[in-house]
Amino acid sequence: MMMIVAIVALGALAGASGLLLGFAAIRFKIEGDPVVERIDALLPQTQCGQCGYVGCRSYAEAIAAGEADINQCPPGGQGGVAALADLLGRDPKPLDPELGPEKPKMVAVIDEQSCIGCTLCIQACPVDAILGAAKHMHTVIARECTGCELCLAPCPVDCIHMQPISPTITTWKWVYPAAEARAAA
Amino acid sequence: MTPPFPFHGGLKTVRHKTESNRETILPGSVPERLVVPLRQHVGAIAKPLVQAGDRVLKGQMIGQPDGYVSAAVHAPTSGRVVAVDQQPVPHPSGLPDWCVTIESDGQDRWIERTPVDYQRMHPSDLRNFVRNAGVVGLGGAVFPSAVKMNLSGHCERLEQLILNGAECEPWMTCDDLIMRERAVEIVAGIHILAHLLQPREVLIGIEDDKPEAIAAMNAACSGTGYQVRPVPTRYPSGGAKQLTKLLTNKEAPVNGRSTDIGVQCFNVATAYTLHRAVAHGEPVISRIVTVTGHIAQPRNIDALLGSSFADLIARCGGYREGVERLIMGGPMMGFAMHSDGVPVTKATNCILAVGADALVEPPVMPCIRCGDCVEVCPANLLPQQLYWHARAKEFDKIQDYHLFSCIECGCCSYVCPSHIPLVQYYRYAKNEIWALEKEKQRAELARRRHQARMERLEREQREREAKLRQKAPPRTASPLDGATAGQSPAEPALAAPASIAVNVERSE
Amino acid sequence: MRFKTVTSPHVLADRSVGQVMRRVLYAMTPGIVALVWFFGWGVLINLALATVVALVAEAAVLTVRGKPLALYLGDYSAVTTAWLLAVALPPLAPWWLTTIGVVSAIVIAKHLYGGLGYNPFNPAMVGYVVLLISFPREMSAWLIPYGVGQPHALGLLDTLRIIMGGTGGITLDGLTGATPLDVLRTKLGLGLTVTEIRNSPVFGIVAGHGWEWATLGFLAGGLWLVFTRTAAWQIPVGMLGGLALIATIFHLVDPLRYAPPWFQVWSGAAIYGAFFIATDPVTASTTARGRLIYGAGIGVLVYIIRSFGGYPDGVAFAVLLMNIAAPTIDLYTQPRVFGARSG
Ligand code: SF4
Ligand code: SF4
Ligand code: SF4
Repeated sequence: MMMIVAIVALGALAGASGLLLGFAAIRFKIEGDPVVERIDALLPQTQCGQCGYVGCRSYAEAIAAGEADINQCPPGGQGGVAALADLLGRDPKPLDPELGPEKPKMVAVIDEQSCIGCTLCIQACPVDAILGAAKHMHTVIARECTGCELCLAPCPVDCIHMQPISPTITTWKWVYPAAEARAAA
Repeated sequence: MTPPFPFHGGLKTVRHKTESNRETILPGSVPERLVVPLRQHVGAIAKPLVQAGDRVLKGQMIGQPDGYVSAAVHAPTSGRVVAVDQQPVPHPSGLPDWCVTIESDGQDRWIERTPVDYQRMHPSDLRNFVRNAGVVGLGGAVFPSAVKMNLSGHCERLEQLILNGAECEPWMTCDDLIMRERAVEIVAGIHILAHLLQPREVLIGIEDDKPEAIAAMNAACSGTGYQVRPVPTRYPSGGAKQLTKLLTNKEAPVNGRSTDIGVQCFNVATAYTLHRAVAHGEPVISRIVTVTGHIAQPRNIDALLGSSFADLIARCGGYREGVERLIMGGPMMGFAMHSDGVPVTKATNCILAVGADALVEPPVMPCIRCGDCVEVCPANLLPQQLYWHARAKEFDKIQDYHLFSCIECGCCSYVCPSHIPLVQYYRYAKNEIWALEKEKQRAELARRRHQARMERLEREQREREAKLRQKAPPRTASPLDGATAGQSPAEPALAAPASIAVNVERSE
Repeated sequence: MRFKTVTSPHVLADRSVGQVMRRVLYAMTPGIVALVWFFGWGVLINLALATVVALVAEAAVLTVRGKPLALYLGDYSAVTTAWLLAVALPPLAPWWLTTIGVVSAIVIAKHLYGGLGYNPFNPAMVGYVVLLISFPREMSAWLIPYGVGQPHALGLLDTLRIIMGGTGGITLDGLTGATPLDVLRTKLGLGLTVTEIRNSPVFGIVAGHGWEWATLGFLAGGLWLVFTRTAAWQIPVGMLGGLALIATIFHLVDPLRYAPPWFQVWSGAAIYGAFFIATDPVTASTTARGRLIYGAGIGVLVYIIRSFGGYPDGVAFAVLLMNIAAPTIDLYTQPRVFGARSG
């Protein structure tokens, strides 16, 4: 008798929990914004194509469709993977090393002496951050450059290079304080 | 209740005021070389008006205000500009910033000075004049005063105009001295502020450990209706919000301005420079700096902006043995400098040399949740909770605990028995949150530009196909295609004319 | 010249964790003296043993965790935990009882949760509860208060011998007895009224004979802690207030079954708990209002456990229960931020 009661009680409990979990799954499902938008919002918008898609938006669509994994965006870095994992309720995984390393942010600079004004870089730039007319010197709008490096390859005279963005007085940040005292510290 | 109305928290700290306030203000000397930073205020950096090789006169504008929240910069003496470039400036990062370097010609010749009659001036002209005279808050925050002299609809009429002479930071005495010696001119400056802001009452808050300054200000205020109000000596009574609370029992709203509650607050030294600018046509080219601490003869100096810290320290007899830390500002909120080869700016209210003996750097222990920090926090925050989330880099949660209400006064770090560098955690978290915010804006801009480009490409493709169908000869890329890149009608806001590109660097 | 660069403030108050903990130890001394006077050398032996065990355990765990020994041993937190627990043990508790209690407190309750500052539960009370549940008989063997200054007192050596395991030919039965709260509880169960029970010799002027003087000692030390701002005043006020309030209500309803509030407050570990146990900062609430609530919660729980629960005194359980609630209390008692509109 006792055993039956116990089994019934446990069964009821399990059933109730199952219902609750099922309800939670429906209630807290990602909704509202289409998932693509929310994934896209987490991508760095470098538009570099390193993920294998034409721009971040296409990659977001691929993730949403289940075609691409969440670890394919080197500019987003490990932090980006973590944010995606968090949004999609998956386990974070290391960045796919084959797609390139996570690098500090850089900005493209055109050596204005050597530029021949061929407009090839203008056509390559995914965010139209390069200004210039044919046969005239071109220049990069530093604020709008995403550092995607797509303009480097097309340049016939190799006059574009990437420059690290060095901290200035306005971008400098206080560092994370040293942790609590440790052994032999 | 009668004033003063105490604020929550705060501390009795060490004082160390007598080291530097026994002697009068030492008149400044003109060094051979002055390095004048173009960013000496909150807001946009001033645009340089001179080039290497130019001759300048004392008081000549060398940096023009760039926009509404900005202020002008002037040559502190006459001489020749030798460089306009990046030089070390007094900043915790130790990074350089744009400066004009002037070699003095030894004549100290003034440009023609034009005083103005403020009572006859249109308010907005007066504010422009103040902006062009480089008047900024000299309490250390260096916010352009012209902006604060405009109520801009936050309240109909000012209830209280507060003059801040509390000077609650230990060691610092520059406001004490200026009130003792130049009270009449401070009051003349207050007249200008009162004329413009039309406050119901003018209150001058001074900590009660400065009896001489209180007496001097009382004498200067007699007959004006301005009230000198001594406040108890309790750090941080000199914080604008705390002083406002002390004197009026009003609290500036979170995320709001003091004008929302009908209060505006200026430092006493700011009022002095305002008077000099208006009545004598002298722009801000010098300020009183307390040089104190581990120094042979601590003193206040009326120093030309751009003189190096080392010059000032030398004039005070140099360092005493064993200086380990050099601080600009007071010991509670000041910034440690990397070197003494940096120039005095409008923010340099105090240069404090600290010897090894006064510096304790005890080991950091875990937070024991003793709550002492809660008790002293003048912003009424839960510092231990802020610390917990900053440490875990939980930037969402830390804002739930009102990180941005923290005034970085340092009271919490001061009392923490575990010696946790709490303020650094908060500064770190604030910086990260700002950087993330900026990064987000950048990404958003890139996203929209990319989208605009894709649409443009698509449209061009369609046009080409349409033309092909009309059997028109295939069109080669016109030379203008490149130049108009980004000028998609779909995104007019993003159509960046070339002139923006030139300004981009500076407006960052 | 290059200078050191660090964040402000550049001056610090002369305070440290060690200083806070040492003050707690000083504050315990008057109470300890009274305990020794009435209950004999065992109290001191327990304290010494607990201290040694705590330091050894702490050192061992710190070594394993790769933390600096000198720094963390010097913070006195282990010693404080040891003392807080030792004082709550029966004066003739066998050595292994003390050892198990202290090791549980330091290793499990403190370090398994991350060490100083990270433990959610009061370590001393975890140790106490572990013992109470595992060894109820040993834990209730309190001496009848005939201490050092009293006739029939046990000598230092005899005490030591008993603690170390031998009986030394002394029969303990005559020496140990139930604690006053035990007596109250059992006799109430037998249908006696509070007034009748309080005529029994274990009771003194206000509460238990001998016990009441120790309580006075702890009250003195506790007040000193509060006045030096080492302990937050809100917690003892909240706890004793809560206890007194609920005791008054029940006493008014049925004075025969429910002891008067002053008896409740002055009995058992209420005062000791209010000033020394509940005020452990790490596990308590940290906001001003939260501390009052936290204290009051403990007070009420103590009363409920004493009157209706299975144990004569409930301070340990009450504190542990409120430890769980502390983070939630903190969340809902955040102070009004400067400039925020009401609330
Ligand atoms: S790899 Fe480049 S294009 Fe792909 S999502 Fe990341 S930033 Fe965008
Ligand atoms: S003062 Fe320090 S140890 Fe105490 S609660 Fe605040 S942060 Fe924690
Ligand atoms: S630094 Fe911030 S958190 Fe700390 S006491 Fe000051 S206002 Fe409060």
